[in-house]
Amino acid sequence: MADATANDAPPGEDRTQTKRSWKARFNQSDTLKGFSLLSPTLFVLIIGIIIPFGILITISLWTAVGFGFDTSLTLNNYQTAAEQPLYGALLSRSLMVSGWATVATVVLSYPMAYYVAFHVHRNKMMWIVLMTLPFWTSYLLRVFAWKVVLGYEGVINSALMGLGLIEAPLEFLLYSTDAVIITLAHAWAAFAILPMYVSLEKIDKSLLEAATDLGDGPVARFLRITLPLSMPGIISACLLIFIPTTGDYITPALLGGPDGLMIGNLIQLQFGPVNNWPMGATLAIILMLTIAAIALVFLVLTKLVKDRLT
Amino acid sequence: MSKDVSYINRPNRPLQIYAIFFLIFLYVPVLFLPLFSFNDSIYVKFPIEGFTLKWYGELMSREPVWAALMNSVKVGIATAVFSTTLGIFAAKAITRYRIPGKGPLVGFIMLPLVVPGIIFGVALLVLFSQMGVPLSLYTVTVGHIIICLPFSIATLLPRFEGFDQSVEEASADLGENGWWTFWRVTFPIVFPGILASLLLTFTVSFDEFIMAFFLTGTDPTLPMYIWGQLRFPQEFPSVLALSSMIIVASFIIVFVGQWINRDAAFGGVKGER
Repeated sequence: MADATANDAPPGEDRTQTKRSWKARFNQSDTLKGFSLLSPTLFVLIIGIIIPFGILITISLWTAVGFGFDTSLTLNNYQTAAEQPLYGALLSRSLMVSGWATVATVVLSYPMAYYVAFHVHRNKMMWIVLMTLPFWTSYLLRVFAWKVVLGYEGVINSALMGLGLIEAPLEFLLYSTDAVIITLAHAWAAFAILPMYVSLEKIDKSLLEAATDLGDGPVARFLRITLPLSMPGIISACLLIFIPTTGDYITPALLGGPDGLMIGNLIQLQFGPVNNWPMGATLAIILMLTIAAIALVFLVLTKLVKDRLT
Repeated sequence: MSKDVSYINRPNRPLQIYAIFFLIFLYVPVLFLPLFSFNDSIYVKFPIEGFTLKWYGELMSREPVWAALMNSVKVGIATAVFSTTLGIFAAKAITRYRIPGKGPLVGFIMLPLVVPGIIFGVALLVLFSQMGVPLSLYTVTVGHIIICLPFSIATLLPRFEGFDQSVEEASADLGENGWWTFWRVTFPIVFPGILASLLLTFTVSFDEFIMAFFLTGTDPTLPMYIWGQLRFPQEFPSVLALSSMIIVASFIIVFVGQWINRDAAFGGVKGER
């Protein structure tokens, strides 16, 4: 074995026979090499994702006692979360708000992605950079910007009052669920545009030409070819917006008012002022399970539809 | 596009107008921040009373702002270097080797893109507290590396996939070992991607708030400082000035990053031109 591999090893290296054969064997194993390259990243993922989630689950089974924890494992927190109507109400409101924000973002962004994919021929890159640039500024700042726009003395109210269209500021603009939805739709637009753009760009344009030759009008062409073929993009856009926004707490905190709070705010409170980490961990786990379940249903449904179509 | 698809090439006026309105919707709220930062009034409202630079001047004399800026820069640089280095290893491993379970692995790396930030924030918070690690800029950096990895890998993967791999084989055939092949062949080709990844991950870290919210100790990053100031309406004008500077800096860095990496970004675009 050692003799055979020694011949394969690169010349000019004064290593001992055994070392060389080990190295040669290592060099031959693609998988080993791949994993050794990946190992730092895997290490970070284990430290940063897997272990923290394990601890989060464990803590959710503890009980807060004064400033410490009772570390005996119990499902009490989950029971409390199920029984207290507040938790369920906040969770369902979060899902509703993110749901509407997702629908608004996807519906508003689709024509944009369509326009760039089908009607822009020069400077496509410039359009994409233009559309994604605002996304790279601080999320906090984009939310703050909407506070400036919608505020009691904000841009809209002061402009309308200056024009003499209204007497007193419109209070419903700020501190409402609508304000949260508008802000989320704005803040997450890039996550909708990019996946939809990519799937629209991939559509073979000759299919559309064929449909035209066979007598389809623009509407039929869109409904029968463009829309179904861009579905993967629409679905990833939906998941990419719906999932992260359900846990958002900045937008509700700054723009939602007392009725606009979401589950994220409650989790933040448990880890902050309330100082009940086990309850906070429980709520975080419940949020994650809910999101995972919804994502799963979504993916299964799309697969069923897809199988039906093909 | 070699084929002439006539009706697609026809300009579509309504869509074009929609696209312009869409861009206005994207930009106007963000651009109100710089606009009002020059307003000579403590109130953020129309009509704008006059042009002033005093809020910027006031900002210059504030010590905590500069401390927060330095914290954000330190965290940003550390995050960019670590997540890009990890990204290079991962991108090379993913594109060059047969790895069982590659799909789930990539899924894991991309997880921070879809899992709500608050969940990652609290999960890392409980990890650090159980390990007895005090919250500091280091813990923020760890959090930022986790969420920047997907951005780094998404920037680097098209670069690693996008060139003729026989160049690497040729180098190996000519007697270069793995490391020299990487440094002399692969690295120069993927270099624009690496630069772009460094700039983008720096920007993500620099602007990041949710992780920092849970993982910052006593030294605030810049977004954390802003969050603290938002409680006081009389501080709005200087927050506006600070925000404007952050926005301009972020735009410039991202624009440069995209420009450097322009051939590799968004694979779909490349073939169509």
